[in-house]
Amino acid sequence: MKRVLCGLFASVLLSGVAVADEMRMAVTTSFHNSGLADILLPQIKADTGIDVQLLVVGTGQAIKLGEAGDVDAILVHSKKAEQKFLKGGFGTHRREIMYNDFVFIGPKSDSAKLADANSAAAALKAIADTQSPFVSRGDDSGTHKKELSLWASADVTPDGDWYKAVGAGMGAALNTAAGMNAYIMSDRASWLNFGNKGDLALVYSGDPVLFNQYAFLPVNPDVHPHVRADLAAKLEAWLVSDTAKDLINAYKINGETLFVFNAE
Amino acid sequence: MSDLLSGMSQAFWMLLTLDADLVEITLRSLRVTLTALVIASVVALPLGALLAVRRFRARRLTIAMLNALMGLPPVVVGLVVYVFLSRSGPLGVMGLLFTPTAMVIAQVIIIVPLIASIAHQALRELWSDYHDLLISLNTTQFQRVQALIWDGRRALLTAALAGFGRAIGEVGAIMVVGGNIDHHTRVLTTAIALETGKGDFALALGLGFVLIFMAIAVNLAIHVIGRTEREGRW
Repeated sequence: MKRVLCGLFASVLLSGVAVADEMRMAVTTSFHNSGLADILLPQIKADTGIDVQLLVVGTGQAIKLGEAGDVDAILVHSKKAEQKFLKGGFGTHRREIMYNDFVFIGPKSDSAKLADANSAAAALKAIADTQSPFVSRGDDSGTHKKELSLWASADVTPDGDWYKAVGAGMGAALNTAAGMNAYIMSDRASWLNFGNKGDLALVYSGDPVLFNQYAFLPVNPDVHPHVRADLAAKLEAWLVSDTAKDLINAYKINGETLFVFNAE
Repeated sequence: MSDLLSGMSQAFWMLLTLDADLVEITLRSLRVTLTALVIASVVALPLGALLAVRRFRARRLTIAMLNALMGLPPVVVGLVVYVFLSRSGPLGVMGLLFTPTAMVIAQVIIIVPLIASIAHQALRELWSDYHDLLISLNTTQFQRVQALIWDGRRALLTAALAGFGRAIGEVGAIMVVGGNIDHHTRVLTTAIALETGKGDFALALGLGFVLIFMAIAVNLAIHVIGRTEREGRW
């Protein structure tokens, strides 16, 4: 008995890690929570032999990771931040891959009457006017930045007890909203894949300003010589290929299409 | 409440069918934490004994510092290790960030003060018993430390198990330095955080039960190896 246990401990300590063609990519929580990554990664591995390790973080942190050279590429959705990243010389270029859209989630009773709104700005204004509880990501992610720009376009400064910035990822923020029966802005994919919907429902979607473009940015090997630029280039070629197009366009949850492939 | 029940049944089924992903992340959890525990014990146990045996000027201060550092916030440790290991940090060239090694480093830092403190407390009592004997035998400092560690091994086991407990259930630091990468740095605690984020409470709870079960199993196994708590022994 004793010897078996000692052997077990030793084997647990000694078992090593297999080395393959590995690269690291920082992606946004919304991309990963959608479940699309689980479809794409095995196919990428099969077609190109690359083992893509995903770091699932907010857009703000993804860009930071790219700037520090801790990842080889990033896949994010905040055009302004991406352009700043490129301007700083941290990335080689920006390649648009696909888009999905943001939706407003709220209590089924819809006390602020978002269903009657005719634009995203009007919907936010209705929430502010009725002081309905609203959960904000508050984590400098792409979704959070988008939300802030929408508040600005609605001419409202979100402030007060009803506005709750949780500083967390999409899933955690949705959990908070479900717990408080509050309104929240989410990407459609995360919402459809979310398991703890509670009393919440989709109350508003469809405004073109809510479209959410994902772009792939390889980290500049001139700044960080250790990055696997060769693998990043291979991955990019795959992401804009017809295989990726078919997989992305065919990905559905409950019969709803989540992402639209639009790489050129 | 229904989440709790379905979490339990899910944990049961995953254990019964030896779910491949579950086995993988459980083994990784064990490997990271046991490695950290071995390294931390090698550093902390002699340190605790030395603090009991040796009188030097900064001794009080060192003990107070160790006691204070027992409550070191893991997420801060994680952040500091992260900054050091990041490619733009001082140790960036080693490329250790987001690897299991980085997680081991963070856990060692977290549990060394805890193990050293508890070891020191236990050995101090023993030292007061042994003091006259060991001094009269004209032993060297090294021999005294050796004698204390060997004779106090049962108490030191408790110190090590406390360190194991803190490290295995820790999520803040290893999330930051490991990055929770699937098949690479995902361990039980970070997987639980991830599933909670997805709103899949049943799976998260299931993983939680597995974690608790594993902690109990490891503790029992170490007791069997150490032959503690048996009839006729203490």
